Amino acid sequence: MILTGALTHGAKGIGQIFYYATPIMMTGLSVGFAFKTGLFNIGASGQFIVGAFASVYIGITMSALGQVHWLVAVLGSLIAGGLWALLPGILKAYANVNEVISCIMMNYIGMYAVNSLVKENPILFDQAKNQSYSVAQSAVLPKLGLDQLFAGSSINSGFLIAILAVIIIHILLNKTVFGFELKAVGLNHEASKYAGVNEKRNIVLSMVIAGALAGLGGGLLYLAGSGKHIEVLEVLADEGFTGMSVALLGLSNPIGILVAALFIAYITEGGFYLQLFDFAPEIIDIIIAVIIYFSALSLLFQHLITRITTRKIIKDNSKEEITS
Amino acid sequence: MTTFYFIFQQTMFFMIPLLVVALGGMFSERSGVVNVALEGIMTIGAFASILFISIFEDSMSGQPLLILALVIAAMAGAAFSFFHAYASINMKADQVISGTALNMFAPALAIFIGRQLNGVQQIQFTNTFRIASVPILGDIPVIGDLFFKNTYITTYIGLAILAISAIVLYKTRFGLRLRACGEHPQAADSVGINVYKMRYCGVLISGVLGGIGGLIFVIPTSTNFNATVAGYGFLALAVLIFGQWRPVRILLAALFFGLMKAIASSYSGIPFLNGLGISSTLYKMIPYIATLVVLTFTSKHSQAPRASGTPYDKGAR
Repeated sequence: MILTGALTHGAKGIGQIFYYATPIMMTGLSVGFAFKTGLFNIGASGQFIVGAFASVYIGITMSALGQVHWLVAVLGSLIAGGLWALLPGILKAYANVNEVISCIMMNYIGMYAVNSLVKENPILFDQAKNQSYSVAQSAVLPKLGLDQLFAGSSINSGFLIAILAVIIIHILLNKTVFGFELKAVGLNHEASKYAGVNEKRNIVLSMVIAGALAGLGGGLLYLAGSGKHIEVLEVLADEGFTGMSVALLGLSNPIGILVAALFIAYITEGGFYLQLFDFAPEIIDIIIAVIIYFSALSLLFQHLITRITTRKIIKDNSKEEITS
Repeated sequence: MTTFYFIFQQTMFFMIPLLVVALGGMFSERSGVVNVALEGIMTIGAFASILFISIFEDSMSGQPLLILALVIAAMAGAAFSFFHAYASINMKADQVISGTALNMFAPALAIFIGRQLNGVQQIQFTNTFRIASVPILGDIPVIGDLFFKNTYITTYIGLAILAISAIVLYKTRFGLRLRACGEHPQAADSVGINVYKMRYCGVLISGVLGGIGGLIFVIPTSTNFNATVAGYGFLALAVLIFGQWRPVRILLAALFFGLMKAIASSYSGIPFLNGLGISSTLYKMIPYIATLVVLTFTSKHSQAPRASGTPYDKGAR
């Protein structure tokens, strides 16, 4: 049921997978990108909700923008997420504050700030439902016919934007000098400093990029026009922590993250159907956790395989020497 | 004066779990294993012990039950942390990955078992553990009001754990060896210390303390357990780094954070702060903002244990 559940409703199910995968792909990309540059971005949760707030705020208030409204809202989420990660980045680079702890603090500050900003603004806050109002129609991400292709699902162009982000990050990390510098700082910041890389600036920049990605994830989810609103609850956004799993499962590789996000979305959706059989949907979390745990162990098998193969080569070589 | 006592007692409720769990994290990181799984360990410890309390509260109550529950929490935490130890020591896995997996596993398991047993994920319990006033000691002026009234036995256990941890880490052979394994395991191995064993000890101690911390967190703040410890494991991680991986500084960091948290949660009962007219959200943010500000000025020379986070490889040069 876990494996087939998502597929039982045909095109709708597949569309839903893409819809669920979009935000966690972005937070996963955020965490993974930070990993690649030697930072542990545990703050994706805060950046995500701040980005979501920016997009909802723009989406509700600036409906005079017309055609480009949704684009401005998406950019707003990108910038807000980036700004939210700017502070941990600066603190890490210039005051040697461990980014794990500053990110945890920024998570809570972001959550409380967004809650109060939503709650104390009558334009945004729907008193009756204790959540934000829906964004204006012009701010909803265009469907681009995807809703006809996958009829009945909530898929929209957000998924395409997410894939675009994956490709951009892939190119940035693997094909550009800038990406190489970022990775070099992550591997050994002393050595890269010696090689003439401005390591402080690069730490700040990678944090900002990671934050922007997570913020974009928030924007894409809350602009989807699928009935998702910012609820005033004192809980950190889940997507940030799922993003960690996605990044780890994808081994921090952008393409791997794309696949991992789809996979987690796929079995999460299968998990919803398990409730028909009186299972708690948390069983999916257990399964994902076990998979991640064993993916951590998989490195050992990699070592073992390389060791066995190299030993064999050495043996063969020595045999040749003896025979010759 | 009563407000002062009230804030102090509130501070204790917030501080003690952070202190205990951060000390647990300290043992793990000092031995060279990063423990991101503290949140999960706390959840499991709290879950097992609250389940125990809810089953046995008909036949027992008060302090004996709490002490037994603490033992259960410690055992559950240790058992759970064993997975982390096995992955990161024997299997040389990435310690962040293993920790994250356990963090995800713990609440899911708690909800799953809770639903299977009771039908709902919340586990109810009756709080019979509060001590209104410790006999004799509670009658001492000032000190009695501060330390021995409206308290839990866990407060003293937490402070005792602090004292024991500091002594074990700095005054015993075991502590010296543990620290050596976190700084330079190859050197430790070369003088005959079993690095694997020391690291196992470190992680299992963090499991014991993490599990206890989970129970200590839930008892004063709630009467049901909802498969979460509200991010306290991550906050403990922050306190650990804030406290520079040293027991006394961890105490100061936990005290600072606990005090801020207590002010944030009870400001409406303090006439002076309530009169300022600042919104309640700002008060809730204060602990986190204050920590960031303090960190900015104190972190210049912050240094984690050198080998923490890297699996020990005997053959490495």
